[in-house]
Amino acid sequence: MESIKDFVKSFMLTELLKGLRLTGSQVFARKVTIQYPEEKTPYSPRFRGLHALRRYPNGEERCIACKLCEAVCPAMAITIESESRPGDKTRRTSRYDIDLTKCIFCGFCEESCPVDSIVETHILEYHGEKRGDLYFTKEMLLAVGDRYEPQIAANREADARYR
Amino acid sequence: MNWIDSLETQGQALLGDAWPVVWSLLRILVVVLPLLGCVAYLTFWERKLIGFIQLRIGPNRVGPGGFLQPIADAIKLLFKEVITPARANPGLYILGPVMTIMPALAAWVVIPFGPDRALANVNAGLLLLLAITSLEVYGVILAGWASNSKYALLGAMRASAQMVSYELAIGFALVVVLMVSGSLNLSDIVEAQNRGRFAEMGLNVLSWNWLPLLPVFVVYFISGIAETNRHPFDVVEGESEIVAGHMIEYSGMGFAIFFLAEYANMILISALAAIMFLGGWAPFFSLGIDIGPQWFWDWFWLFFKTFLLVTVFIWVRASFPRYRYDQIMRLGWKIFIPVTLIWLVVVAIWIQTPFNIWK
Repeated sequence: MESIKDFVKSFMLTELLKGLRLTGSQVFARKVTIQYPEEKTPYSPRFRGLHALRRYPNGEERCIACKLCEAVCPAMAITIESESRPGDKTRRTSRYDIDLTKCIFCGFCEESCPVDSIVETHILEYHGEKRGDLYFTKEMLLAVGDRYEPQIAANREADARYR
Repeated sequence: MNWIDSLETQGQALLGDAWPVVWSLLRILVVVLPLLGCVAYLTFWERKLIGFIQLRIGPNRVGPGGFLQPIADAIKLLFKEVITPARANPGLYILGPVMTIMPALAAWVVIPFGPDRALANVNAGLLLLLAITSLEVYGVILAGWASNSKYALLGAMRASAQMVSYELAIGFALVVVLMVSGSLNLSDIVEAQNRGRFAEMGLNVLSWNWLPLLPVFVVYFISGIAETNRHPFDVVEGESEIVAGHMIEYSGMGFAIFFLAEYANMILISALAAIMFLGGWAPFFSLGIDIGPQWFWDWFWLFFKTFLLVTVFIWVRASFPRYRYDQIMRLGWKIFIPVTLIWLVVVAIWIQTPFNIWK
């Protein structure tokens, strides 16, 4: 009896019609596509994008060349050289390079930094036309930090409660 | 139509004996050029509809609402280099795509767009149609063989085996249609659908072949999907198995022509289904407006029915997973051919009984 029922069922294409009804019902449903350059999804304050080096409000760079980020970096993308700065004799970096073609954006540098100097910003739409374009030097990283400081500070503020 | 008559006399006077050739070519262009346009925009409609079903919005960047996308695709493919593999047989390699698209376009010669309004109103139109569409297999085999690649050859074997098996089911389905309409002429087949018991009651839509011959219609349509190598019977392309089957070595325009042929075949199968089972150019219902010439409305209803069926093609593609190869063969040989054969006998007996509804 069961087999006869199955036979009739498969001849009536009931299961196929059910499938067609399911897909057909989606035609007029609301679409979920984000029109990317015009529309964007919100980013988390913890979003790990392009790196930046921050400064204190008085303009002094935060980085003290402790090299924790260089040590923790799993991709070995960070290269730091330190010096005793001529003038005030404080310990500073003379070179701070991040090779973004090596970087895996894990955020360990940011986590390890004792003075919140190296951070990852929300910027993700950057590109290089040559390989070397993605080799960021200290000046470039400081420039990114200067330019986006309000946003960086706001993101840190929003996330501070959970740290 | 007066202006056509005057055009014909003018042309006759101007070109003399060459005129009939020119006139035939003109009429062919009038059918084939819009057809190619339809093919281009069918790809667009397919991408849009599948997008809608998958909760996306489909292509929308080129032109308003993405409407120029097919044009952009065509230009891109035209400018791509046509690469011929070094070990391929160059003559056959080019003949492959030509042989694939030729039958898909040539078959339109007998499609009636209105009463007796076909390029060639052949008496054995149905037979001609079956003969022309059978040629399609050769294009596939040629492409697979001439590419000199094992994947292309495997794809071609799968494709040709599948197309040959389902052609039988299509043939038997059309024989049933032939029996009830008593004519091989496509115009007569359409007109025969508007006669019979239901038509006398004023229910023309019910008298069309789709209802009395529903199983045959379903078998014809599913076989048509298999015949055009569309999802869910697309083991020919089988993206996850054999990449692109017999088209794997083709690039640029050669590849594009295979695609044109696939879509032209979809339109052809749908148009045939509309003519054989859905009453061709006859309207579903009277619109109650009497504007525009009759030929436009004939054309419109045929186009509308074809469009609906093509949409079902796409809908099916978006819904079902691919059949396994042995399942395809089993469905074709062990189910469709027996079903159509049995229905053939049933209808043959039905016609002889007093319950005949086609008289």
